[in-house]
Amino acid sequence: MTGIKLSGVSKRFGDVPVIDNLWLDIRAGEFVVFLGPSGCGKSTLLRLIAGLEAIDAGQIEVEGRRVDHLAPGARNIAMVFQQYALYPHMTVRENLAFGLRNAKVPADEIARRIEATARSLEITELLQRRPSQLSGGQRQRVAIARATVKQPALFLFDEPLSNLDAALRARTRIELAQLHQQLGTTMIFVTHDQVEAMTLADRIVVINERRIEQIGTPMEIYRRPATRFVASFVGTPRINLVAVHVTGLSGNALARLPDGATISTGVSYSSLPQANMTLGLRAESVRVADSGAGDINGTVRVVERLGDRTLVHVALSEGTLITAEDRGNSTVQTGQAVGLTVDGAAAHLFAADGTAYHGAQQ
Amino acid sequence: MSGSWKSRASGGWSRWSGALFVAPYLAVFILMLVVPLFIGIRLSLTHGDLFGIKSFVGVDNFTRLFADPVFLQTVWNTVRFVLLTVPAMTVIGLALALVLNYQTRWAAILRAIFFASSVLSVTVVTLIWRLVLIPEGGLAAVLAKAINLQPVAFLSEQALAMPSVALTTIWWGIGLPMVLFLAALQQVPRDLYEAAALDNASKARMLRSITLPSIRRTLALVVIVEVILQFQLFGQPQLMTGGGPNNSTRPVVLFIYETGWKQWQLGYAAAASQILFAMIAIAAMVQYFLSSRKDAA
Repeated sequence: MTGIKLSGVSKRFGDVPVIDNLWLDIRAGEFVVFLGPSGCGKSTLLRLIAGLEAIDAGQIEVEGRRVDHLAPGARNIAMVFQQYALYPHMTVRENLAFGLRNAKVPADEIARRIEATARSLEITELLQRRPSQLSGGQRQRVAIARATVKQPALFLFDEPLSNLDAALRARTRIELAQLHQQLGTTMIFVTHDQVEAMTLADRIVVINERRIEQIGTPMEIYRRPATRFVASFVGTPRINLVAVHVTGLSGNALARLPDGATISTGVSYSSLPQANMTLGLRAESVRVADSGAGDINGTVRVVERLGDRTLVHVALSEGTLITAEDRGNSTVQTGQAVGLTVDGAAAHLFAADGTAYHGAQQ
Repeated sequence: MSGSWKSRASGGWSRWSGALFVAPYLAVFILMLVVPLFIGIRLSLTHGDLFGIKSFVGVDNFTRLFADPVFLQTVWNTVRFVLLTVPAMTVIGLALALVLNYQTRWAAILRAIFFASSVLSVTVVTLIWRLVLIPEGGLAAVLAKAINLQPVAFLSEQALAMPSVALTTIWWGIGLPMVLFLAALQQVPRDLYEAAALDNASKARMLRSITLPSIRRTLALVVIVEVILQFQLFGQPQLMTGGGPNNSTRPVVLFIYETGWKQWQLGYAAAASQILFAMIAIAAMVQYFLSSRKDAA
């Protein structure tokens, strides 16, 4: 069953197009994350679905019902705002009851729902307090409770974790995932944080400059990025991008690096549109080896010890920097000459227009 | 422990440096307001005229005032004027601010127009409104004739004179409450309205549950400021009606002015001033306690 359907949605602010002819189907019960850099239009898209902005063209359906001409309150949608937007003059209980009262829900039903929601989100002891008497994390829970208590067809989250400290953010992330499992309601979550996107989403919609770059499961997005933008936006550390010259070798593409070293990739040579391309290598497919023993040679510039693994930034002879991975107890030192072994099957090639080409096994 | 010793020492210094900063204001405040207040209180207990204080008469002036029908009439006139203007200015100021709280060119132009009257002097304002209200060829009279009505003599009709003065004052002073409310409205976070829209709240409900609670401090401020301002009504009746007809627009300040500076009964006028001072202080305090009690609730 379709949860949300966006058909040809466009939005302009004055002369500036913000969303351009966007099509998207979200299944009922799916957790979808809109991921993109600041100003890419992801928050605007969320506000269009909520009805806080009017669309200029296209249509929006929620559970088969067209809603784009309806007022926000009539769309059966709940939203959690970045700054929480709790009503400061009302207690937590009144905050939770406000929407239900406006919807003319009977008082005993309101009380019952508030008790149940407060219990499940562990905010029962906060019900008599005002937002100003709550910590950031508590406000966050109340904001989520205010959305949950309405039992909407769709939840919208506008970067709700960005105001929390790192530890609380990680905990709330897990709780949101649990909440989604518990309720089974369709959720759309907007963020610029790829870790949030990877950990929460059933599917990620990567948005850049007003259009969708790719829609896919977190692993599809990570392993088979559709464009150079997606490849560089998702994944920590950032994917290595090196300008290469490509030739064919027994059907597959052979990439020649600026320093003359060659890497045989798993990408089919005949599919490539041009010879000058960009090679994309995730750090985990570049391993540190002894000097002279690898596919490429270089000098260590920076060593980042992360505990479970070590990131080694290596400069090739002509200056290109490549981030490689080594085991946690690596003994590599800055200034040391090392070799790098490249897993060519995991390499990506990007054409000048950003389109990605992958090997068959990824 | 050295930390607390240090902070105590710097606390002492900042106490004195703070006093230095407020000293110039404090000096003016004491010289121009506190000292005259006490001189006024002393004067109100004396019998004085053009040539100075004659004798100490105790509370005689006050007893005379409370038996003076003209004075009691001016007290009632002033209270009536405050009741006519302050609620109206608060409500109209808020309504204008709500309607003009948009970032459009027309809203900006209209804000400027509504505020423009505030910069005029009382002479200009009363002249304009006399031209509107006079029954011989005034704007109101012309309009009345156009729809076959008898022109009304607003300023010489006892029942209409004070409302006319109040109308003039509202037109003159509406800019201040409007800009105060506009400033307050712009402090209300927009996402509260968005959350309320998603919570299915009507416009009226948003006004009641979000806007009014968010701006209630400004609401209290506007009422207190306007109460203090309007209790001091003077120029408008002096220039428009001269206090008439039949003393119906004579406010306390006009009474003080005429008693003190035309009849030279300085002690008597000073006593009336003290009563006005008390009236304003009580009204402002009542309003303050009412609004702070709502705050605490």
